[in-house]
This record gives sequence, C-alpha cells and structure tokens, in this order.
Amino acid sequence: MNHNKKRILLTGVLLVSAVVSGLLIYTRANAVPAERVIHITAKKFDFSPDSITLKKGEPVVFEISSADREHGFNLRAFGVRANISPGKVSRIRFTPDKTGKFTFSCDVFCGDGHEEMTGTVIVTE
Amino acid sequence: MSKFDRRGFIKLAGLGGGIVFASSLSRGFGLNALGSVVDYANAKVENDFYFVQLSDTHWGFAGPKVNPDAEGTLKKAVQAVNSLEEQPDFIVFTGDLTHTTDDVQVRKDRMSQFKEIVSGLKVPTVHFMAGEHDASLDRGDAYQEAFGKLNYTFDHKGVHFIVIDNVSDPGAIVGESQLNWLKADLKQQKTDARIVVLTHRPLFDLYPDWDWSTKDGSAVIDALMPHKNVTVFYGHIHQENHHLTGHIAHHSAKSLMFPLPAPGSVPKKSPVPWDASAPYKGLGLRSIEAEPKQAKYEIKELNVTGA
Repeated sequence: MNHNKKRILLTGVLLVSAVVSGLLIYTRANAVPAERVIHITAKKFDFSPDSITLKKGEPVVFEISSADREHGFNLRAFGVRANISPGKVSRIRFTPDKTGKFTFSCDVFCGDGHEEMTGTVIVTE
Repeated sequence: MSKFDRRGFIKLAGLGGGIVFASSLSRGFGLNALGSVVDYANAKVENDFYFVQLSDTHWGFAGPKVNPDAEGTLKKAVQAVNSLEEQPDFIVFTGDLTHTTDDVQVRKDRMSQFKEIVSGLKVPTVHFMAGEHDASLDRGDAYQEAFGKLNYTFDHKGVHFIVIDNVSDPGAIVGESQLNWLKADLKQQKTDARIVVLTHRPLFDLYPDWDWSTKDGSAVIDALMPHKNVTVFYGHIHQENHHLTGHIAHHSAKSLMFPLPAPGSVPKKSPVPWDASAPYKGLGLRSIEAEPKQAKYEIKELNVTGA
C-alpha cells in the first residue's frame, strides 16, 4: 500500500469514528430518560406498596394488578387513574412535575373497607 | 309539629339569592331569599307541604365504639317520625339503607330487615334510593329486587322529583344511558319548573380523595342548569353540607348510624367515635318544608329522637 492510500484510509477511519462518536453524544444528550417501573398490587382493602417515593421529572410507569376483584387506582394530584381488573395489568404513565405528598385511592367501590383503601406518593426534588 | 312550627327554623332558599340562614325564628316570621321579613302566619300555605329525609342508615353495621346502639338507632328514628304532630306527605331515604357485605344472602337479609323496620312508619308513601353500600357490589340486583327501580321520577303538589342513581356503577358514574333518560325527562319540564333531585353521592366534587363526588356529576349539573328552580338533597357524607353550583343548591343529610369527619379534616376518613357524654351526637334526620310557589325549601334538622 503506498503512502497516499494509507493516508486516505486513515482519514476515512478518523471520519467514521468522528461520525459515530458524534451520533453517540447526540443520542445521549437527547435520549428520553428511562421509565422507572413500579409494580403495585391492589387487594381488599389496601395497595402494596402503599407508600411510593418518586423523583420530580423522572418518568414512571405504575403497573397495577388486582389480587382479588375490581378496584380503581386514582392519583388525582396528577390527573391519572385506571380500572384494575383481576388477570390484567393496568399501566399508568406519568412524570411528576411537582414535589409533595399526594394521596391515591381506590375509586371503584369494593366492599366494607373501600373507604380506607388509600396510599401515598411522595415526590422529592 | 304544626306548619307554624315547621317554618320557624333554619331557612334555606336555593333560588338565585343563594342560601339564607335564620335560626330559631319565633312567631312565624322568617327571612326570604332577599333577607326581608315575611309574615308566614298570613302567607298562603295551601300548596305547601313537607317531607322527611332520612339517610345512611347502614342497617347491619356493627361497631360498638362508633355506635353502641346500631340496632336501635333506626328504630328510634322511625318512632321520631311517627311522633311528629303533623305527619309529612312522604319520606325519602337517600341511600345506604344497609351496610355493605360480600355475602349476597346477608345483603338480602339486611334489606328485608330494613324494610320490616321502616314498615312501622305511619306515613304510607316512602321513596327509597340506593347507596353504594346497597348496590355497588352487585350493580343493584338485590336492591332492585327489594325496593324497585334505581332511578325514577315522581311529582308532588307542583314539584317534580328526580331520583338519580350514582351508585350502582361501582365507579360512581351516572352513565350515558341514565344521562339521556334525565335529559329526556327534563325536556318535558318547563325551565321554571320546581325540580328536586334526590341522589346519594354529591353531584359536585366535594372531596374526591374521600370518594365524595360523582365522576360524571358535572354532566348532570350541566343538564339541570337551564332549569331555574333546582335543589338537590343527598346523603353519603354523613353530615350537613350546603353548597351552590351556580343557582343549584345541594344539601347533604346526616346519617342514622355514624357521623364522618369534615372533608379533609383528618388524614384518613373514618367514622367519628361515639361520644358517651352526648349519645347520637352528629346523627339525625331532617324535615323539609317545600313552598312550591316560591321555589323554596326550609330545612329543619332533627335529632334521632325527633327533637
């Protein structure tokens, strides 16, 4: 391989490396943060876990299932709710945009104890 | 209780001027919606009538720390109504007649026992409606078997009563079909018709974190809004609450089993414990004097013994 060919090849390798590195940097800079998945089980008459700590700005997915009957999950402070049916997983996606302590509750009447079926989401900075 | 006496208590006017309160008035004088003195003794009353509202009797509930007389309170209330000097034209029960149970047979038994007790009322006309404790677990099957329809209307001396079911769907929804039924019924009513809505849950967002709301209640209120004279009486929250959505007044009634705390006043909603120094405190029933000509309703709160 003569000197010119070597130089062209080297330049090509450098160019490709620069493009790949640039793409990686761009992707990282613009990537959507990974969603944090939290599994919640609803059963007469509580949620497990019943206290969930989240970070402001961190996207989250609640995957909620029922261990017994129809329930509801309502986190009014963030305008999210879902029906929870046995044998299905209900997903709620949201990104907390404020800090504080917020109540979630079952909003589908499920029996004697329904009124006390609540939990707390704590959002920190 | 004479008409004269019935008029001499808290006055509420759900018409335009909002709610007017005047306590323990004597000699038949009260305040009208604009606050001016009205001589009721000389007013025409031939079309006026009164009815009694009982609510949230939760027959079958057991909890001695909350109500050690759980089996006696409803019976005392029946006696109290029967003891009224002048009997009301009719009685309404605004839901949660029985306490919820997963056992279908126990649910039916509680409904039969409730019916047996209230059959002791002297007043022949009694209008029932369901609460979520009666109807949410089986979408109203046992309730309908025992008491009939979940939503219906009736008319009395110039007032159109509409019973709305916001409990048989466990998600606290009135639903599209019932909304259409309501709209069709309202179409038959003039815009100045005297309309009273009877329901269990609040139709407005009183305190949704405690389930004190109806998910599509705003659609019901929107449908009622073109009508100038609408008043809502409901239960569910086990305490008095008076609220206006526009010109529509909403009045909740006390329970006949246990009181609940004021909305949001404690972290978790749970019954207020029994106060041995003041038995039956926070429980009661009410009489409602209807004055159709003025589209006014006077509420008098009575305790469990009728005093």
